[in-house]
Amino acid sequence: MSDDTKKPADDVASPANPDNQINLRRQAADAEHAAKIGGAIPPRSAPDKPVSPSHRRKGRHGVGLKETPSTGHEWDGITEYDNPMPRWWLWTFYATIVWAIGYMIAYPAIPLVTQATQGLLRTNARAEVAAEIDRFAAANAPIQAALVQTDLAAIPQDADLMSYASNAGAALYRTWCAQCHGAGAGGARGYPNLLDDDWLWGGSMEDIHLTLMHGIRDPQDPDTRYSQMPRYGADGLLNQREIDRVVHYVLSLSDQPHDADRAARGAQIYADNCSACHGDAGEGDRGQGAPALNDQVWLYGSEPETLRRIVSEGPYGVMPAWSNRLTEAEIRALTVYVHGLGGGE
Amino acid sequence: MRILEKHKILEKNATLLLVFSFLVVTIGGIVQITPLFYLENTIEKVEGVRPYTPLELAGRDIYIREGCYVCHSQMIRPMRDEVERYGHYSLAAESMYDHPFQWGSKRTGPDLARVGGRYSDEWHIDHLRDPQSVVPESIMPKYGFLLDRVIHTDHIQQRLVADRRVGVPYTDEMIQNAVADFRTQADEFGDLSALQSRYPGAQVRNFDRQPQLTEMDALIAYLQVLGTMVDFSTFEPDPNR
Repeated sequence: MSDDTKKPADDVASPANPDNQINLRRQAADAEHAAKIGGAIPPRSAPDKPVSPSHRRKGRHGVGLKETPSTGHEWDGITEYDNPMPRWWLWTFYATIVWAIGYMIAYPAIPLVTQATQGLLRTNARAEVAAEIDRFAAANAPIQAALVQTDLAAIPQDADLMSYASNAGAALYRTWCAQCHGAGAGGARGYPNLLDDDWLWGGSMEDIHLTLMHGIRDPQDPDTRYSQMPRYGADGLLNQREIDRVVHYVLSLSDQPHDADRAARGAQIYADNCSACHGDAGEGDRGQGAPALNDQVWLYGSEPETLRRIVSEGPYGVMPAWSNRLTEAEIRALTVYVHGLGGGE
Repeated sequence: MRILEKHKILEKNATLLLVFSFLVVTIGGIVQITPLFYLENTIEKVEGVRPYTPLELAGRDIYIREGCYVCHSQMIRPMRDEVERYGHYSLAAESMYDHPFQWGSKRTGPDLARVGGRYSDEWHIDHLRDPQSVVPESIMPKYGFLLDRVIHTDHIQQRLVADRRVGVPYTDEMIQNAVADFRTQADEFGDLSALQSRYPGAQVRNFDRQPQLTEMDALIAYLQVLGTMVDFSTFEPDPNR
């Protein structure tokens, strides 16, 4: 162990010790500050003059370095360097100014009396999107024209049309239909499953096409498919006991768990009120969108309390008409797609 | 340069700097905003756009109150993919009676500018009550409580007056009949012709399928009118706009 690393105790105040420099400077600054407050040192006449050192010093490898100039600002002995902006930053900034001038010339920019300057490129968002849509429409035009001209029943015989229609139909389905009928077309409570062969209004190409065109009970479309089940409870056509009995009779039609006694008492109520639309044996009637009641497919569920609510308040399922949003070719593509999901007739 | 030397006066005086900063921002604002009030392509009038009915206006207030705009925009941009998904791109005139407009750029949910007529009222009820019951992958919260909140007509007249003050052309007749129109729109058996003469194309029905007039009625009435006022089968976009 050498003497240099182990310092004697009396070296603490020595200016020779580098560890003491900070303390000593602090003491000197305190002394200067006290003198300043006491008025011993007059304030400098021109404290903020920039200082540009002219001498150079030798840096590493003998490269001449210029001392960084100072702004002349000084606070408590700390001076402010007058470093220039980084050059890359400065040039990027100049480039943005040049770009802005070019942009103002090329694109709509300066507002005048009735409209802004239109720019040399004559850009027009409306014309651009119209052109873009036209480009795709033109590419699809031949096959869409063929789709519209071909008889609906004849489409499945044409492989090209089928390929186009089922793909286009799948894309359209995901955009417009999936919210109600489900992304996988499995339906939801109150929204029919499109994968099975149980159809409310018919599952032929023509029927699906008509449903898509005009919807079901769409208040905005005069040609919509329409029927309305009476609100037996809400309008006082049947009392709660009668509703309960007819519900058990309906459950008996499809061999679901039911109360045989109440079902037997419900048979006549069914014949008087329900059979006109749902059929004597509950087979349903597609002409009125009346679902079959003798199968295991239930739109709203087959729990007795659900059925009581349906009989009491009357279901009123609405499907919007699509003829005002989709083109004939698009509706036909959707028809082919839905028809091909599994239950098409 | 002398002018740069003068700039130091601003730099050293906070109040003066504030005053001059405000001046600069004011000039910039005027240059950007004023032309919007007179340039023809920003004040294009379009056939069919009408002020909201009182019920739709109440629904719009609920839409804003519930923060629907946080996830849903109401502006279809002029791009092919947007037009194919949502319908015709939005026109400035279609939100001319919106105070404030609901354009937005944040789409956690889909754009709603043309949601009117796209779904049935029943779907809206089901979907607002429990969005996952119809769209299992949805992350939208539930708004079933709207069905229980009976809506009051106390302020609807003043609400129309407030909109008239900021430029919506509600007539005296509309304001006098505000409460009646409000009730009529949710009642199929009311005086439809009077309502529809004031608000052409207003859809009249019991939107929430409940006897009382609830916030659900108002919100669905508003959603069902969105984007339906302009008939795009006859609308010809001016190519210069």
